[in-house]
Parts: sequence; C-alpha cells; structure tokens
Amino acid sequence: MDMNEIKEIFFQECEEQLAELESGLLKLNDGDRDPETVNAVFRAVHSIKGGAGAFGLDDLVSFAHVFETTLDCVRSNKLEPTQDVLKVMLRSADVLADLVSASRDGGSVEESRTRGLLKELEALARGEMPSGGAAVETPKPAPAKAAAPAPAAAAAPAPTDESGFQPIPFTFEGFGADEPAEDLSTFEVTFKPRRELYAKGNEAALLLRDLSRVGEMSINCDMDQLPAFDKMDPEEAYFTWTIQVKTAKAEQDIRTVFEFAEWDCDLDVKLAESSAEELPMVPVPFDLSILDDGASDEDGDDAGAAEAAAQAIAAAETASNVTKMAAAAARVEKKESQAAAAAAAAAANAANAANAANSAGQTIRVDLDRVDRLINLVGELVINQAMLSQSVIENDTTGTSSINMGLEELQQLTREIQDSVMAIRAQPVKPVFQRMSRIVREVADMVGKSIRLVTEGENTEVDKTVIDKLAEPLTHMIRNAVDHGIESPERREAAGKNPEGTVKLTAKHRSGRIVIELSDDGAGINREKVKQKAIDKDLIPADSNLTDEEIDNLIFMPGFSTADKISDISGRGVGMDVVKRSIQALGGRISISSRPGNGSTFTMSLPLTLAVLDGMVVTVAGQTLVVPLTAIVETLQPEASAIHSFGANQRLISIRNSFCPLVDVGRILNFRSSQANPVEGVALLVESEGGGQRALMVDAIQGQRQVVIKSLEANYTHVPGIAAATILGDGRVALILDVDAVVAASRGQSLRQDTGMKSDMSLAATG
Amino acid sequence: MKKKVLTVDDSRTIRNMLLVTLNNAGFETIQAEDGVEGLEVLEECNPDVIVTDINMPRLDGFGFIEGVRRNERYRAVPILVLTTESDAEKKNRARQAGATGWIVKPFDPAKLIDAIERVTA
Repeated sequence: MDMNEIKEIFFQECEEQLAELESGLLKLNDGDRDPETVNAVFRAVHSIKGGAGAFGLDDLVSFAHVFETTLDCVRSNKLEPTQDVLKVMLRSADVLADLVSASRDGGSVEESRTRGLLKELEALARGEMPSGGAAVETPKPAPAKAAAPAPAAAAAPAPTDESGFQPIPFTFEGFGADEPAEDLSTFEVTFKPRRELYAKGNEAALLLRDLSRVGEMSINCDMDQLPAFDKMDPEEAYFTWTIQVKTAKAEQDIRTVFEFAEWDCDLDVKLAESSAEELPMVPVPFDLSILDDGASDEDGDDAGAAEAAAQAIAAAETASNVTKMAAAAARVEKKESQAAAAAAAAAANAANAANAANSAGQTIRVDLDRVDRLINLVGELVINQAMLSQSVIENDTTGTSSINMGLEELQQLTREIQDSVMAIRAQPVKPVFQRMSRIVREVADMVGKSIRLVTEGENTEVDKTVIDKLAEPLTHMIRNAVDHGIESPERREAAGKNPEGTVKLTAKHRSGRIVIELSDDGAGINREKVKQKAIDKDLIPADSNLTDEEIDNLIFMPGFSTADKISDISGRGVGMDVVKRSIQALGGRISISSRPGNGSTFTMSLPLTLAVLDGMVVTVAGQTLVVPLTAIVETLQPEASAIHSFGANQRLISIRNSFCPLVDVGRILNFRSSQANPVEGVALLVESEGGGQRALMVDAIQGQRQVVIKSLEANYTHVPGIAAATILGDGRVALILDVDAVVAASRGQSLRQDTGMKSDMSLAATG
Repeated sequence: MKKKVLTVDDSRTIRNMLLVTLNNAGFETIQAEDGVEGLEVLEECNPDVIVTDINMPRLDGFGFIEGVRRNERYRAVPILVLTTESDAEKKNRARQAGATGWIVKPFDPAKLIDAIERVTA
C-alpha cells in the first residue's frame, strides 16, 4: 500500500464521515440530545481534519478546525444546539463536503462561502447567537490558507490533487539549526525523576540514552537518598543524576530530550562554567548495550532493583508478570520461565494475527471492471446452462432422471451464483438519499420555506448502476417537491398545517424490485390548473373528460410545466417528462397519486439490476424478440370487430371503449413488407413515453423469462428500434425491443440512428 | 526480535498510515479501532509500546490509557498519544491518565518513529 492508496482510503472515509456528520446533525435538529450523537458529529469532523492534515490539504484542515472548535463548544455544553445553530452547522457540513470534493477532484470552493461560514462558526464558538445572516464584524485574519486556488487558474489542476503525500517537515524546535557545528559548549543537567515518571512508562535510562545522542557526556549519580534495603519502596525514585554534556546544540535541544518527562522530574539545565572539565567528577561510562535486553540496573534503576529483589522472594511463576520496572533484576527468573512464556506468546501471536486480520479484512476494494467481468461471465454461464438443459430435454427421450436431477441442481446453483454476483454490485441507496437532504436544505433556503426531509429504508440495496442513475431524476423531483409541492409557511399556517413542511423519501424492496416513494405534505396537484394548462398547451383537447388520475399524470407529458413562471430552481429546462423517461430508461415505472390539500406521492419502481431483464419472448415474422416486461400493460387477442382502419394505412384497436393505435412491429422493423393480420396475432398494450398507449402487434407469445442483456453496440453496432440483445436457451440470439423507439417510429418518424431517447439498456449491458 | 506496537485509532486513514509507517520501520503492528477493542487485544498482543488516538467512539483515549495503567501487567508500557496541534489541555489530561508522551498531528512518519524510539529500549 502506498500513500496514494491511503489517500484514496482517506477520501472514502471522508464520504463516510460526511454522511455520519450530516445524519448526526439532522438527528440533533430533530431534538436528539444524546451526547453520543454530538460526539459522533465531532469525531467525524475531527477525523477529516486529522487525515487532511497528513496529506497537507490545508484548506480542508483550516475549515475543519474552526468547525471542530465550534462543535466542541456544543460537546462541552457551552453552546446550545438550537435550530439556528444547526442551520449554520448543516451549511458548514455542506461546505466541508465541497472542500473534500475539491481536494479530491480539483476545483475550488467559493472563498466567500467558506469565509462567511468561518465567521459564523467563530461567532458561535464565542457564544454569539446567529443573527439574521448579517456578517459578524470581526477583523479576524481570514484563515490564512482557506483561500482556495483562484478559479481563474482553471487550466492548472488543483495543486493539492497532484502533489500526493506531502510530509510536513519536522524539526525539534531549533534542532541543530543555527548552531555553528564547531562551537561546542558544555551543559550541566541535573535530573531527578519522581515516581510518576516511571508510572507513566517513562524511563530514566532511555532519557539518558537520548541525552547521550545530543553530545558527549559524563554522568554522576547521587545515590545518597537510597534507604536501607528493607525500608526501600520498590516504586519510589531515589536517584539524582548530574550530567555534563558537551555539545554543539542548544539548551533547548537538551530540554527536548526530557519533553515527555518534564512534569515528572526536577530538571535543571544550565551552561556549565568553562572550568567544568576540571571538576572532580568521575565520568560514569554510559553503556547503551544494557538497554538491548530491556534491563537498566546499572544506571541505577533503583525502583527496579528493589522490586526485583522482592520478586525474587516471591514465586518464580509470576516472573513473567513483573512490570517493566522490575524487569531488570527479574531477568534471571525470566530466563527460567522463558520456555513457558514463549509457548504462551506463540499462542497469543496466532490469536493476534487472527485478530488483526479480522479487523482489517471486513471489506475489500475491488475494481468495478473486475466485478463487471465476473457478472458477464456469470451471464454466459446462465445462458450456457439454459442451452444445456434445452439440448438434454431435446435429446433425452428416455427421461433418465439422474441427468435431469443434475441439471436441476445446476440450474439452482447457477441462479444462486447469479444472485450472489449481483449482490456484489448492490449498494444501499443511502448516499443518494443523503445527497437529497442537502438539496432540500439548499432549495428550501432559496425559496424561504422551512422543510424537513424524512428518509426511510436508506439501507435498501440496489445495483450500483441504478443508484448512479437515480440521483438525477430524484434531485429534480425533490426540487419540484420543495419548490412547487410544499406551500409557503404562511399559506401552510392559513391552511392549519405545521408551517414546516415535510418531504418524505422511502425505499423498500417489493417483489424483486426496488420501490422508491417521494411524498410531500404540500397542497397536492391543482387539477383545475393542470388541466387548463394542458389544454392551453394543446396537449389535450379542450373537451376531454379525464379522471383525476389521468389529470395527475398529465404532468409527465412532454412540454408540460406547472410553475407559473419558470423559477430558478425547478425550471431548468427539464420537466417531469424527462424524469419519467430516465426512470423508464432504467426499466422502471413512475406514477403519481395526489390528495388535494394533503400533498402528492411519486412512486417509482425500479429493477434491482440492469444486467438482467424480465422479458416477454415473442415471435414476429419468424424472428424471436424480447419485449421488456416493464413496458407491457396487458396482452390481448384482438377480435376482428375491434380493429378499425384509420387514414391511409393506420389502424386502431378499440379496447374498452377507447381507441389505441396499432403498431405492426414486423413492418416497423422491416421484417416484412405487407401488413400482418391483427386477428392472427397478439396485441401487447404498452405504455410509451408521454403516457400514451399503443398496441404492439406480434405474431405469438412464446413465454416470459429473465434474460441476460448483451450490448449490441459493444458487440456489433447500434440498430434502430433495438435496445440490446440476448442469447436464449437454444443458443439463438434474440433482439430486445426498444419499445419507445418503435412507438416513435410508428408516429411517422422514421427509425433513425438518433431516434428519440434510446433506452439506457445498451449502456448498462456488459460485454 | 521485532518490537510490537499496538495502535488504537478509529480513523481508517490513520490506521493505514500507522500500519504502513510502522511496518516499513520494522515494527510488528497490531491495530484496534477504539479503546474498548484496544483493551481487548492488549492482553493477547503484549505490546512493547502503544500509540493511541484521543477521540474515539465507545472508549476514548483517556479511558483507554487509564485502563492500560490499571492493568498490573501493562501499567508501565509506554503509551504515546496522537494529538492535534499542541492542545495543552488534552495533552495534560492524557498525561494525567498516564500517557508517556505524545505525537503531534498532522501525522508524520518520521515523528512517529522518533517518538517510539524515544520511549522504547
């Protein structure tokens, strides 16, 4: 593992910490006062800061530092986490997230945003309550490094990104820095440890060893205070050392040696008189070799000697338990018990190894390519298994059960392998849901509404591709819900509702699909207005008689936008029709139900994976096609009386008193030139983009099955009207119909390369 | 024989850095993710030195140090604390709990090894 890999881990961890931070803050916002929640929030920021420091990401460090300081005030109950305070914190969390992304992907965060928030955070830490957003006037030096790289330098990649790991050069203050090497001076150090020094794991011998590295030294040990053996406290410190150090370094360097111990000893460092060397002091040779076996009796580990003696009287079997201070004299006993200790140590080692492996190996990082390759291979396996089954069935006239049983087991196994492999790609929807909470916050702030996002089922898992593609439509819908769905606080109050609106996002598994619901407690759809708008825009005839549900679904029609004026937030040139199409492209469905005065609920149902598809296998002009099951509303056998001609060569089918255009799939795909007789075939009623229904004419239905999607683009080339291909059990290639493209073609648009929105299926497929 | 270091830190990033740095420097490294786990593995790993963070879930660094010092067998093991800046208050609390020394973050491999060598024989 190198530093770049660790950096990647760091960013991964940042994501987790940011998620933790946000959910913690939201919990606090909901009135949670559990100290552990505050701690978790604090730790999240603290961890980010710690890692960022190691990588020299200064922007991140300085922002996290101020944020952390303010959070610490909350932690120590100096700052009450009121809603106003939390608002600042949540915005800070957003900026922190942006800073993390900027550090990872390059780019920068608007300096004004960072600086403004830093001021607010600092004000909070000083105990000032958030005012109405007026900048707090403190001429605080803008956190020196908070300035993001100038956006103008767009061409240059962000420096932090390129540099990789930058160790911060470390020196003990003034360590040999300005001292001329030849100018030696002699210091006299008086060092008297107290018993606390040993209790904290420091060790006089080690300190003297370190001191010996500063320069040439001679030691004198004063043992006068050592009492008689029987009066000795084994853990007391009795010795005082006087050391003369001849060195080119400064006094500070000598003090640094005792940095860890200075509280627990009497220490005096002074420049010795020039005559120091003439002092009648007997230099004690300082033998470092004694340290090699952890012993230190000779240099006067007084406590050790005493305790060792006591230990010697005690039983030998406790020898391995003596403290380090006693280790010196206990050496002899240790040797005796070494064999036993070694065995114990070996066992402990094994346990450690297991333990270490355990804590390190909970997750592994795998290249997505490898997973895709595996999924692809499993797809092949599934196909192969189906082919094998089929040929066995065809050739096996005797019906030997052992082969069939074996095949069944193989089928079972294959399915399990497929499920397990798919599970590798499955991920909880949590990250997407969490991103939404930020969007709710931002949009609500922009439009001056107070809105709470409630999420449920964030741990529901779905294929990564689905998750990635879900973010955009979801974002759009959330913006809509906040901007249009929820009323202004005044109107809510007038309607007797809580002025704070609620947007609820839930995910759950239902019959092999993931169902995501987005509901708001706003005003619901204004059907009058929607219908009028649709009429005004010529989307529906003025005299049409629509059910409530049909009116609600008008918002999914292309070219429909309910906002009176296009606002900054939801009017980004995308309507709900685009949302619907991107959901459909994922093989999903979307519907809306609205309760006037009480809000609306959007329900999306999506497949768990894009690598396999539930399809209906049909025959058209001798060709086998697969129609995605999600597109099919119902199938029916047309009767001659229900078919009506219309125009030159258009035909309609009447279904329960409404007419629906008949689409001859065989002709659209140029499988045949003449029109098929509808009565001899089967009609598949499909819902196409824009909400209209069409009846697709096929010759026969073979059955329904799960197929593995194979990209045509990757293996051949794009074919208009075809979304992808698959291989059936008998080894034949079957094409998967692109329903939207076929329907569009039937409207008179020709099937061209660029026909409308092509299904994303081909992109999702592997191999 | 390799010296054994027990590191206790809840951050995966820092854990990895510690692991790489210590392994490169020839130490045997055992890692725990918080104070509770640290005390759990303490007995079996018998470390020569311990490096611990302060802010951790379940049991923080102060509690962990106190726990180690209460253990008759490990009460004299050197414990180094990873602290940010030179937060005097935290440093003092850690010392009172029984820390031997400290390493000031940002994490720097040279500093870490230096500090470990200062407190171990």
